[in-house]
Amino acid sequence: MRRKVILWNSIDWVTILVYLILVFLGWINIFAAEYDEEHKSILDISRRYGKQTIWIGAAFLLAFLVVVIDSRFYLFFAYAIYGLLIFSLLAVLVFGREIHGARSWFEFGPIRIQPSEFVKFATGLALAKYLSAKHLNINNIKSLASAAIIVVVPVLLILLQPDMGSALVFFSLVLVLYRNGLSGSIFFAGIFVAILSILTLFFDKLIITTSIIIVSFAVFWIVERKMKYVIYAMAIFAVISGSLYGLKEWFTFDLSNYFILVMSVVLSGLVYLFLSYRRKIRNVSIIYFLMVGALVFTFSENYVFNNVLEPHQQKRINIVLGIEFDPAGSGYNINQSKIAIGSGGFSGKGFLKGTQTKFKFVPEQSTDFIFCTVGEEWGFIGTLTVIALFSILLIRIIQLAERQRSAFARLYGYVVFSIISFHVVVNIGMTIGLFPVIGIPLPFFSYGGSSLWAFTILLFIFLRMDAGRMEYFI
Amino acid sequence: MKDFYSNRKYVIAGLFLFVSLIYIIRLFSLQVVNKSYRLSASSNVSRSVTQYPARGLIYDRNGKLLVSNEAVYDLMVVPNQLREFDTANFCTILNISIDDVRKKIKQAQDYSFYTASPFLKQISSKTYAVLQEKMYKFQGFFVQPRIIRKYTMEIASHALGYVSEVDEKAIKENQYYRMGDYIGKSGVEKSYEDVLRGRKGVNIYMVDVHMRKMGSYKEGKHDITAIVGVNIVTTLDADLQEYGELLMRNKTGSIVAIEPCTGEVLALVSSPCYDPALLIGRIRSENFIKLQQDTLKPLFNRALMAQYPPGSTFKPINGLIGLQEKVIYPSTEYYCDQGFYGGGIFVGCHNHDSPLNLPRSIQNSCNTYFCNVFRNILENRRYGSVAEAFNSWREYVMSFGFGSKLDSDFTNELKGFVPEASYYDKYYGKNGWRALTLISLAIGQGELTTTPLQMANMTAAIANRGFYCTPHIVKSIEGQSDIDFRFTEKHKTKIDSSHFEVIIKGMDWAVNGKPGSGSTARRARIEGITVCGKTGTAENPHGEDHSIFIAFAPKNEPKIALSVYVENGGWGSTYAAPIASLMIEKYLTDTLTKGWLEEFILNTNLIDHEEKGNTLE
Ligand SMILES: [Zn+2]
Repeated sequence: MRRKVILWNSIDWVTILVYLILVFLGWINIFAAEYDEEHKSILDISRRYGKQTIWIGAAFLLAFLVVVIDSRFYLFFAYAIYGLLIFSLLAVLVFGREIHGARSWFEFGPIRIQPSEFVKFATGLALAKYLSAKHLNINNIKSLASAAIIVVVPVLLILLQPDMGSALVFFSLVLVLYRNGLSGSIFFAGIFVAILSILTLFFDKLIITTSIIIVSFAVFWIVERKMKYVIYAMAIFAVISGSLYGLKEWFTFDLSNYFILVMSVVLSGLVYLFLSYRRKIRNVSIIYFLMVGALVFTFSENYVFNNVLEPHQQKRINIVLGIEFDPAGSGYNINQSKIAIGSGGFSGKGFLKGTQTKFKFVPEQSTDFIFCTVGEEWGFIGTLTVIALFSILLIRIIQLAERQRSAFARLYGYVVFSIISFHVVVNIGMTIGLFPVIGIPLPFFSYGGSSLWAFTILLFIFLRMDAGRMEYFI
Repeated sequence: MKDFYSNRKYVIAGLFLFVSLIYIIRLFSLQVVNKSYRLSASSNVSRSVTQYPARGLIYDRNGKLLVSNEAVYDLMVVPNQLREFDTANFCTILNISIDDVRKKIKQAQDYSFYTASPFLKQISSKTYAVLQEKMYKFQGFFVQPRIIRKYTMEIASHALGYVSEVDEKAIKENQYYRMGDYIGKSGVEKSYEDVLRGRKGVNIYMVDVHMRKMGSYKEGKHDITAIVGVNIVTTLDADLQEYGELLMRNKTGSIVAIEPCTGEVLALVSSPCYDPALLIGRIRSENFIKLQQDTLKPLFNRALMAQYPPGSTFKPINGLIGLQEKVIYPSTEYYCDQGFYGGGIFVGCHNHDSPLNLPRSIQNSCNTYFCNVFRNILENRRYGSVAEAFNSWREYVMSFGFGSKLDSDFTNELKGFVPEASYYDKYYGKNGWRALTLISLAIGQGELTTTPLQMANMTAAIANRGFYCTPHIVKSIEGQSDIDFRFTEKHKTKIDSSHFEVIIKGMDWAVNGKPGSGSTARRARIEGITVCGKTGTAENPHGEDHSIFIAFAPKNEPKIALSVYVENGGWGSTYAAPIASLMIEKYLTDTLTKGWLEEFILNTNLIDHEEKGNTLE
């Protein structure tokens, strides 16, 4: 059943207005970041700002095309679009041009296209379509696995390029799952793991292990509310670890305290399992396995950090965590970026007056570090405005998503929210030193055709769905 | 379908708004609360480049350029700013190998990743010209111009001194200096540092991330223009100085020549000397250590710092004091039978005519005579005690500039030593010593020590018949009408000028006396010029005695007074007197009439012991 709607009237102009403001602000900040005394025109196409002018024009054209297409198209062809773009990811690994050690770009004459940008909306469409199926229980392992596969396939292909930043973006889609009913405990366990992994890098593994054991006892007490059990458990643990330590001292074994602690956990675990089985205390085993899981996680994370990550990646992470202070080494980007933003003060140095910007102290300033230009030239007022605009946009997207009558459109709305918010949070977070340097662009702001077009398509598909919400009942 | 999870929209929106809030707080603290980033940003873009002014030039008294400046270029590298570059091209320009490049970059990295360190020091201006055009290709490198000293003649290293990087002490003492600045460390360079250095300037540039200059900061509002150092004309006579150094080759010792009526130092030779060019630029520290470790101590300025007993060259002073105290008269005669005997003390003398009056005793350098004079001075009944008389003697001696620094414009001048009565009280107890106890002072031996500069000054005072002007090395400073008042002031000795003629007569005879009359310094004679001189021998407990000669010429209206010391040279007449005479002739007539004497001196090697013993008969 189809109702005729007038697109002009039903499309959400609030979102479009915020979109236009963001694109405009991005454009003038790219101009400032790349400004060159010899090329004063913003339309000079030999400069990035001139090129961005073209990309913006093309983006508007794309937005128009996306909106005039029938909204059912996106539902029906969701998997096809997904498949096509997955194919493009395969193709780029073969035909792509290698730049800075990553094979992420197709080159067509003067234009470079980054397929990983476009895969985001395609994956979103596919995921929304899969999740919107009736009677799907997302907490069912099989459905969860299928949803995961949709996301993980592009992630793996992008990691092959390799492009860590773009791959990470897909993990934001867990928000979509959460909105669609993913168990809160799994969702927050994910957040817990994220926090734990950061703490692991911060502290010695002995302290982490001890803390996990203490937390486990606390959880045990909270769950069981029987002090007696907790004291028994602690006593067992104390006896086992004490005797292990005694043996080590007696025979002067060359064992670390960490090893003794882990051995104690394993041995006392066997005793706990035996006792809980006899006394039918079900929670013991759950808590115990969670604890072991946490321990294994911290261990493997340490292993990955020390043995898998490249030294420069380790360094970047350490710098964000404040473990290493090195103002001109690998912390150089973050430091210069903070100087740029910090020196802007309350009201900024003024358009084209930023010295950090003008003299190129911040690398990648028109792409990943465009937020620095805002901070330096427009000050706190500027940065606050940009964050406010993104907040308005994203809250508006949630509002629009929530008013959809179809699950598909609503879920896709959350895809848009997840992807844009992840980009915003990570990109701004990295420029102000709260996140590691992960090279992903600031939506609508950063220089580059691919990212601007991909975000425009991402957003306008949703606006088309929203405009057509009364058109069909999908 | 009922949407059970609708409330999760609040969780999701809440999470995002929570992060936004944290970001806003963070931005507020970065941009509004914390002011330090503003400073970092301006220090990021502004680079203060110190402009080192050229140091003042140094000339000799006749306008010959002695010291000038030369620009050299150090190629510096900042390792973390290095980008890939065309190594082959780079190596060709600098004429070094790729291995060198790797090694030097490694060295620089070991020193620091972020601060500049020298990659290649003192590249030629020709290489610099080629390199400069291609500098943009070699990011991370830049060229630092430096001004170093250039010596036009290899002379007067001790008098001119040297320049080197300031040490921490100097930086603490004087706000002007910063790490890496240059400062005069000795000689004229040190004593006239304030004049020679000029004033540093600062240019503040805006630079981009590659340290490329992007114009001046705030239109140069904060720039300070450098002021070039002031030129100095020294009192040195470059030719005389050069000749003196030539004559002193292969000998240790010194020559100090002074223009008596002005106190201007015409030559100041300390031997062995060194090429002043050894102490500039990158070779400085290495050479400095070598010179420091040299057993002949070339860095030691003997002319100012060697303190010897003056020996017989001191006899004229005792004669003058005797005359002034009226304990002798020019005609006073003493018998001498190969020495002085008195109170169980014996001072030997050589074989000569006897008895002798005052001028003849100077001519013959009779020890006995001056022992008697000295005894008369100390046992003078005018004074209540020997100690009182001794202190009065000391006053006379000190009025010639002995026992204290002359306050010249040399650095490192030493005082010498003229003992006080209390000094002997300590040794012998109060009233425990007599005139005869100190009798070695009569012939300039004993505790008395003087420096070659003081001896030259004494000679000038005798030549001037009773006064001296403090010896100094700077004749004029560009732009200043006068030199320091302390150099033009006449210091009167405590001897009436009328007493000098007879002493000068003795010194004249010592050089020009008839053969057989016992003249001790006939080798110093110059045809047509009346040279007055006095030989001396400083006892050296460590080896052969030091040969000393003081002289001035001409006798009337003296133009040059000098002291010559030749260490281990034996009798004063052997080496010191010929050298003095050659110097005088060179200065007064610029000719050489006694080529054989010059040849003898040039062929004398007192340093290399195997060749020693080359004597002239
Ligand atoms: Zn005698």
